[in-house]
Amino acid sequence: PRSPLSTVILSLGKTLHPPCLQCGSTGVLCVFQPPPAKYGGRHTVTLIPGDGIGPELCGHVQELFRFCCVPVDFEVVNVDSAVMGEDDITNAIMAIRRNGVALKGNMETNHNLPASYKSRNNLLWTTLDLYANVIHCQSLPGVRTRHSNVDIMIIRENTEGEYSSLEHENVPGVVECLKIITRNKSLRIADYAFKTAREKGRSRVTAVHKANIMKLGDGLFLECCKEVASGYPEIPFDSMIVDNTTMQLVSRPQQFDVMVMPNLYGNVVSNVCAGLVGGPGLVPGANYGTDYAVFETGTRNTGKSIAKCNKANPTAMLLASCLLLDHLKLHAYAEVIRRAILSTLSELHTADLGGHSSTSDVVQSIMDAVQREGPQTLNM
Amino acid sequence: ASRWQQLASRQLSLSPGLCGSESPLARADAIFKVTMIPGDGVGPELMTAVKDVFKAGDIPVEFEEFHLSEVQHMASEDKLDHVLSSMRNNKVAIKGKIHTPMEYKGELASYEMKLRRKLDLFANVVHVNSLPGYSTRHNNLDLVIIREQTEGEYSSLDESIFSCSDKSRRIAKFAFDYATKKGRSKVTAVHKANIMKLADGLFLQSCAEVAQLYPKIKYENIIIDNCCMQLVQNPYQFDVLVMPNLYGNIIDNLAAGLVGGAGVVPGESYSAEYAVFETGARHPFAQAVGRNIANPTAMLLSAANMLKHLNLEYHSQMISDAVKRVIKQGKVRTGDLGGYAMCDEFTRAVIANLSV
Repeated sequence: PRSPLSTVILSLGKTLHPPCLQCGSTGVLCVFQPPPAKYGGRHTVTLIPGDGIGPELCGHVQELFRFCCVPVDFEVVNVDSAVMGEDDITNAIMAIRRNGVALKGNMETNHNLPASYKSRNNLLWTTLDLYANVIHCQSLPGVRTRHSNVDIMIIRENTEGEYSSLEHENVPGVVECLKIITRNKSLRIADYAFKTAREKGRSRVTAVHKANIMKLGDGLFLECCKEVASGYPEIPFDSMIVDNTTMQLVSRPQQFDVMVMPNLYGNVVSNVCAGLVGGPGLVPGANYGTDYAVFETGTRNTGKSIAKCNKANPTAMLLASCLLLDHLKLHAYAEVIRRAILSTLSELHTADLGGHSSTSDVVQSIMDAVQREGPQTLNM
Repeated sequence: ASRWQQLASRQLSLSPGLCGSESPLARADAIFKVTMIPGDGVGPELMTAVKDVFKAGDIPVEFEEFHLSEVQHMASEDKLDHVLSSMRNNKVAIKGKIHTPMEYKGELASYEMKLRRKLDLFANVVHVNSLPGYSTRHNNLDLVIIREQTEGEYSSLDESIFSCSDKSRRIAKFAFDYATKKGRSKVTAVHKANIMKLADGLFLQSCAEVAQLYPKIKYENIIIDNCCMQLVQNPYQFDVLVMPNLYGNIIDNLAAGLVGGAGVVPGESYSAEYAVFETGARHPFAQAVGRNIANPTAMLLSAANMLKHLNLEYHSQMISDAVKRVIKQGKVRTGDLGGYAMCDEFTRAVIANLSV
């Protein structure tokens, strides 16, 4: 059996960067970036329907975009998560490399499959180096929750930490799982958090960690955050241990603004915050890298139990599509659709919000709201 | 609420660029504005055909016409600026050929070339489809020819031929993206890299690079002389062809000849922002001016493609079906297809066949 350390070193080499098309190297500098897929004013965006409620929600996005004459064409790439082979996901990754932008549903990871089967979603983040997962949890008008005025932006490191898929059983009954924290990636995500905070005029950045226990791992993360914070003197920076964070989130969530954290804490904290503002049906999520961007629902649920029942809440996916439009600089379309979604949210609620409307009712109401707004004339 | 109800009941024309930031730029029941440049030769007659068919088919498109022409001395920098600003608003145009007079007037770039450069219309696409019912030596052809049209041999600076790697990559990516979108299986790059080792060599290299991103699409290359010969012997081996500027002109016209000539092949030009629809083989056909003998098929099919680009699928299908039906019936055909009909007779036949 190979020693854990050598396994780490070998696999770090594999997970660093995808091989460059021009020279085959896996270094940082060599990236063949094709020009964006925009012709005649129309963009091409990769669409990965995924599993569970993914396909129906993606279908609604396509329907709404067609209705609003959004100049976006979707290239649909199906990924079958039940097969062991990686052809489908490689195909999807290639499609995202070509188009630069994607919208996806969640792909299910069956934990009964052997350990060599890597999570398809994880493969996407690591291969395309989509290092920042941004989830913006805001209290939405029309949705009553226990806490109001919540406005938290969670920036989660998306490519390392506990999701490095490095596990071994050297002695039967004893499993070792490696959590990887690197200085480069921690600096990068901290810088992303502060840059975003500055751009959006946010008031503080909180790093979430467990450095009292994982002194080296989370300690490194915290140190990197502090280093980056010194470069942004106008934004106050503090840190909080993850157990205290979750308690504070459920008692007084208004105290948080921008939060930056490693992978697993990000998963937990983003789900808590989504629950605070109304549930998984409301919060969109975005994954950004230097060259690509992929949009999806914030809490990455497959929704298998309500698949094909016309019960799912389309808000999260539709708001994610608005984020997509903003990324493509089609701000006017994004604004119109967002306004329509929010006005519908005050009238119709799906089952997850305690109402009785179906998904198609909500989408139809959104389209009616867009219709009501009407185009402006030259005279106005 | 009542204000919006009022607005919703009227049909309003839209120019995307003129709307404020709070308004939707287009909607399923809006009227689209399109820039129209009739051009020279038979251009105006063909545009009349398009306008007549659109009116009969009740198509929600409004044309903004500009008469830009060098031979008729209606060209100036001002006029060009008007056209460009209209294009920036509407983003879609339909045009005839703006002829470049042979006399050297001291300006190296023709207006056609200037328009192309200013709008950065780098990709020209020509659809070579056999018309059902009109048989030629090669039937059931379905080719797409994609040509880079802002650089290479046609650069008006009379310097050595240059080929920028970015531009080559751009056109290669366009070709592969087009192939992916339309479900095509093969892209063939046409070149003369055995002679122009550096310029076309760079073009080939860019194509090969981009091809790696499209594992499902077969990539081949062929030398221009062999390509021409293969096109006349066995054109079915090609699917999508991509090439730099000069070869594009030759191959466009050759392929148009295979399916029936310059009167039947539609084409369009794309930049990242704009799309301009025209005929595939660009000839002003000045000998036919005023004689009402030109074939409007190419322009009508191009107009149908324009409607598809504007997301008006139903109307696009309606027009292209009508045109194909008229040609298939064979009773009304213009001179270039072996018939005796006049241009306006053909247009009337198309209108009669519109299933409104």
